Amino acid sequence: MDLSPPLRTALRILAIAIGLASGPAAAEKTLVAVAANFTAPAEDIAAAFAAASGHQAVLSYGATGQLFAQIMQGAPYEVFLAADAERPARALAEGLAVAGSGFTYAVGRLALYGREPGTATGPDSLHLGPGERIAIANPDLAPYGRAAIEVMQALDLEDRLRPTFVIGTTIAQAFQFVETGNTAIGFVALAQVIGRSEGNYWPVPASLHAPIRQDAVLLAAGKDNPAARVFLDFLRSEAAHKIIAAYGYDAAMAE
Amino acid sequence: MPALSPEIWSAIRLTVQLAALTTLILIIFGTPIAWWLARSPRWYKEVVGTLVALPLVLPPTVLGFYLLLALGPDGPGGLLAQSWGARTLAFTFEGLVIGSVIYSLPFVVQPIRNAFEAMGDRPLEVAATLRASPARAFWTVALPLARPGLLTGAVLGFAHTVGEFGVVLMIGGNIPGETKVLSVAIYDFVETLRWREANILAFGMVVFAFLVILSVTLLDRRLRRRAK
Repeated sequence: MDLSPPLRTALRILAIAIGLASGPAAAEKTLVAVAANFTAPAEDIAAAFAAASGHQAVLSYGATGQLFAQIMQGAPYEVFLAADAERPARALAEGLAVAGSGFTYAVGRLALYGREPGTATGPDSLHLGPGERIAIANPDLAPYGRAAIEVMQALDLEDRLRPTFVIGTTIAQAFQFVETGNTAIGFVALAQVIGRSEGNYWPVPASLHAPIRQDAVLLAAGKDNPAARVFLDFLRSEAAHKIIAAYGYDAAMAE
Repeated sequence: MPALSPEIWSAIRLTVQLAALTTLILIIFGTPIAWWLARSPRWYKEVVGTLVALPLVLPPTVLGFYLLLALGPDGPGGLLAQSWGARTLAFTFEGLVIGSVIYSLPFVVQPIRNAFEAMGDRPLEVAATLRASPARAFWTVALPLARPGLLTGAVLGFAHTVGEFGVVLMIGGNIPGETKVLSVAIYDFVETLRWREANILAFGMVVFAFLVILSVTLLDRRLRRRAK
């Protein structure tokens, strides 16, 4: 093929650019399905992971249940960071994940959140004024909703508060109800409010509810991808734990 | 048929009440809007017409989000609610009615407007030559002639409100007996794997939707034939 010199130069530059964009030769990509509540820390972790290993983690976000449904339908995800322990356990039981690869990467913490100052300072804030309501995530669907119920039970307030419940489908919606001022307070994830300058929150002591374990597994599609395994190892590293803790999760318990 | 739980009956009752009240309000306020849109010579009427049609195109999440802000303490709904000491109009039956009226507005206004437009100027001109006042002509000539449109609008408004999901989910707060309507109940049943209940309700909705569309089509045909 006879190409004119300028065209040949252009192609050469293009080839170099492509080579640069795809990084060092050893670098691999891994597809990671991430529970939506873990979006922000996952981005930081992926960046740190890329810097440390040269591999690239491509993140897809979604509700845990929906991600799990996609995995059952053969989605190409290689790693699954769920918002609960249930779905990864099911993935393992149904052979969708590599046996022995599961572990708890983060433990969720609950917070009582209020938009106006002084509205969410401690258990006393749960004594609502007349006509006031409290926002929670659906306890049948969301682990944070279940934990909120356990907290109220522990404080012996469940019966009194139940008629005032406003129920969001997800923890994000519970946060939305408070943030738009439609309820004075609500139980949200500590990770949603920890960095905020507005509003006030009471970090609910972890002793008041069963731990909200978020588990990770290596999926069958990632069995032979070294980058997937390296990513999971990185998730257990000191560097990742620091990021996870900064976002208001208890970093994984010792295994 | 297996017995339905009180929870399901309460959702059905609430849904019917919401749809009926929404339809009534929309017929009362939608008819004059449709009349104005059909007859007005003003240049900006299509701007108003577009505003009325917007809920057709906007995702329910957009409506739900703005309603959540508008009904809350930072919006007009919250101001209104404060007059009786409440914080917000969200999470109330009244709030759902407001949301549903906006959401279903085009489904009621559009068929009525079409009916008014289809009749043309002729019947009203004839009424005028017979010395009928414009108001009288509206009540005794235009409205009866527009009956197929009114009926279609009412049925569609009712059915569309029954099928409403996204807006209710965002402003309702899932309170049994107050804001937990059928579509939200079905969603909960599906998500919590109570598929028996989900199946009963979902299948009921399919039958309901089929009957609504079929009856609108048949009614439309019969009324048209009689009008000729």
